[in-house]
Amino acid sequence: MTTHVAGRRYGPSAIEDDARRFLSLTLTLATTDFKLRYFGSALGYLWSLVRPLLFFGVIYLVFTTVFSFGKGVPHYPVYLLTSIILWTFFVETTSNNVQSLLAREGLLRKMRFPRLVIPLSVGLTSLFNLATNMVAVVIFALVNGVYPRWGWLEMPLLILLLAILAVGIGMLLSALYVRYRDIQPIWEVASQALFYLSPVIYVAAQYKSFIRVALVNPIAAILTEMHAAFIGGTPAHPVHGAAVTMGGTVRLLIPLGLIFGAFLLGFWVFNREAPRIAENL
Amino acid sequence: MQAVTETPFAGQVLDADRSPSAISIEHVSKSFRLPHQRYHTLKERVLHPLRSSGYDVLRAVEDVSIEIGRGEFFGIVGRNGSGKSTLLKCLAGIYRIDEGDLTVYGRLSPFIELGVGFNMDLTARDNVLINAIMLGLTRKEARARFDQIIEFAELGPFLDLKLKNYSSGMLVRLAFSVAIQVDADILLIDEVLAVGDASFQQKCYDEFERLKRSGRTIVFVTHDMSAVERFCDRAMLLERGRMIELGEPAAVARSYRQINFGRLIHEAPNGAAPHADAPKSAEILSAWFESEAGERIVAAAHGEPCTVCVEVAFHEPLEDPIFGMTLRNDTGATVFATSTALEHLPTGHFAPGQTAVIRMRFDNWLTSSRYSLTPSVARGGTGEDVLDVREDMATLLVHGWHFTGGVTNLPHSFEVRPR
Repeated sequence: MTTHVAGRRYGPSAIEDDARRFLSLTLTLATTDFKLRYFGSALGYLWSLVRPLLFFGVIYLVFTTVFSFGKGVPHYPVYLLTSIILWTFFVETTSNNVQSLLAREGLLRKMRFPRLVIPLSVGLTSLFNLATNMVAVVIFALVNGVYPRWGWLEMPLLILLLAILAVGIGMLLSALYVRYRDIQPIWEVASQALFYLSPVIYVAAQYKSFIRVALVNPIAAILTEMHAAFIGGTPAHPVHGAAVTMGGTVRLLIPLGLIFGAFLLGFWVFNREAPRIAENL
Repeated sequence: MQAVTETPFAGQVLDADRSPSAISIEHVSKSFRLPHQRYHTLKERVLHPLRSSGYDVLRAVEDVSIEIGRGEFFGIVGRNGSGKSTLLKCLAGIYRIDEGDLTVYGRLSPFIELGVGFNMDLTARDNVLINAIMLGLTRKEARARFDQIIEFAELGPFLDLKLKNYSSGMLVRLAFSVAIQVDADILLIDEVLAVGDASFQQKCYDEFERLKRSGRTIVFVTHDMSAVERFCDRAMLLERGRMIELGEPAAVARSYRQINFGRLIHEAPNGAAPHADAPKSAEILSAWFESEAGERIVAAAHGEPCTVCVEVAFHEPLEDPIFGMTLRNDTGATVFATSTALEHLPTGHFAPGQTAVIRMRFDNWLTSSRYSLTPSVARGGTGEDVLDVREDMATLLVHGWHFTGGVTNLPHSFEVRPR
């Protein structure tokens, strides 16, 4: 509660200047939420896995037997589960962030603390969730005959990029929600559209004509790169990373630019709103 | 703009910081926009980009300037909506001020609400650590002070109970214990004492006295004039966002009562009450409660006899004036009212310049609550010619063992007899 900001700008802001307090608050909020989710019920961990697993089961049955989506894709079930888990992380971070400020209204109206802690802690909770889910994914992959490879070292970087994108959009949505209450249904529809535009249930490489445009979408680029890094191909069915699939490393700058652009935009909007969140909510 | 010393840890702060002021407020204003429509939608914004929705501006705090000294116990009083809570939230850094300069020297802890961030699904152990971190301690500090916190709250055996199983009294005790362990240089207190039972309120007051003695700066927002007079070194009165008085707590409390009183007169339908500015024929100087032993008290146990005392000064000769006393509880309900006229009691002759103390002893069968006393004095006769009324001049906290839901607990006995 150290206050050393004087003068006209005295008041709450997005970051403030006590980095240690910022980190410890973010961590505290995130671990509390995580704890509540898992220890609220004895089977907490299982429940958090059941939803993506059921979704995986349904999609797998429907799309392999009816539409044969995974034909010719080595380890299609592993790809599908990985994509679903990563997508779940993205959609959880963004949609939980929409009403995150409203959910913490009590804190915002009663305490001075850096406002950015809230969207970051939401992202961190989802990240903890992703980490536990990834354990299940890796076990599933090993059982299915995907063995550890050097490419796995690239995975944390890809997850980090996805997290930057998700938190960036999360900051934007949470700040906008303070002013516009219809952000909630708008984002529901938008994220549904994004789901079908991203190669979660299909593999980008299957749709050659569509690739150039599709991989502009950062999520598509990340999932495609993840495919190459985590699962890889066989000599008969090579799996290419995002750069090859897009047709040039330089083109990767588009999805990368969108990731950092979304983060900067989200931060800029949030930072502008931060001083008056408590009174505008 | 002054340089401000950074003070990362409590404890070192008091000697580390040599500024004579703890808080400096210069021409601070804060207003709120009150939109005519509560929530806007993005759809509206896109469909009608040029239509600007109207809003009213509420100027909650206007051009307030004040220096609060280090170690001062400073009271902020005012009626509902006078801007005192807004000012406190500006000091706490929750609202950004619109105009002026505001500087806080040292670590500040707001008691705007107790138990902010408590989660009912977690145990007391977890909540204490979370709340302490929220209030500005590091994880290490929070863990180091954990035992002290639990000891003060007297909740050792219930540490691993989830908060949803706590009684409201236990919750308040826990929250308060965390809050005082934060050890800030400056405490902002916003009527948090309105919660909890009387004995706990007394404990809070004792704690504030201790903090005051240890040199902390305390800014206290309240409606309770007896608390202001008892604790504060200085006080200010806010009315419609402006500071209209600053000075001695007793004088500020008097002005506060006059404003409240003035409003009551304004609202009185028959105009029977005297004009606030008119010279009074009789004036109530003070009022307080006494125990059976004749000591002044602010709290009493249920069942102990109490005495209401009212000191009146007379400015013109009066024959058998009528003295009235009304006790209201927390919810504003009148639980007891009496006057000397009800007993047709001749009160005697009073000459100008004379003062008198009127004592009314009663058996205290009131249930636990905070009671406020409104004394009045009227010209003898019908009692319609009210000479002076002082709303909520003194308060008494009654504490007892049983909560029955009733406003009184009359002495009684049961008899059950089978036929």
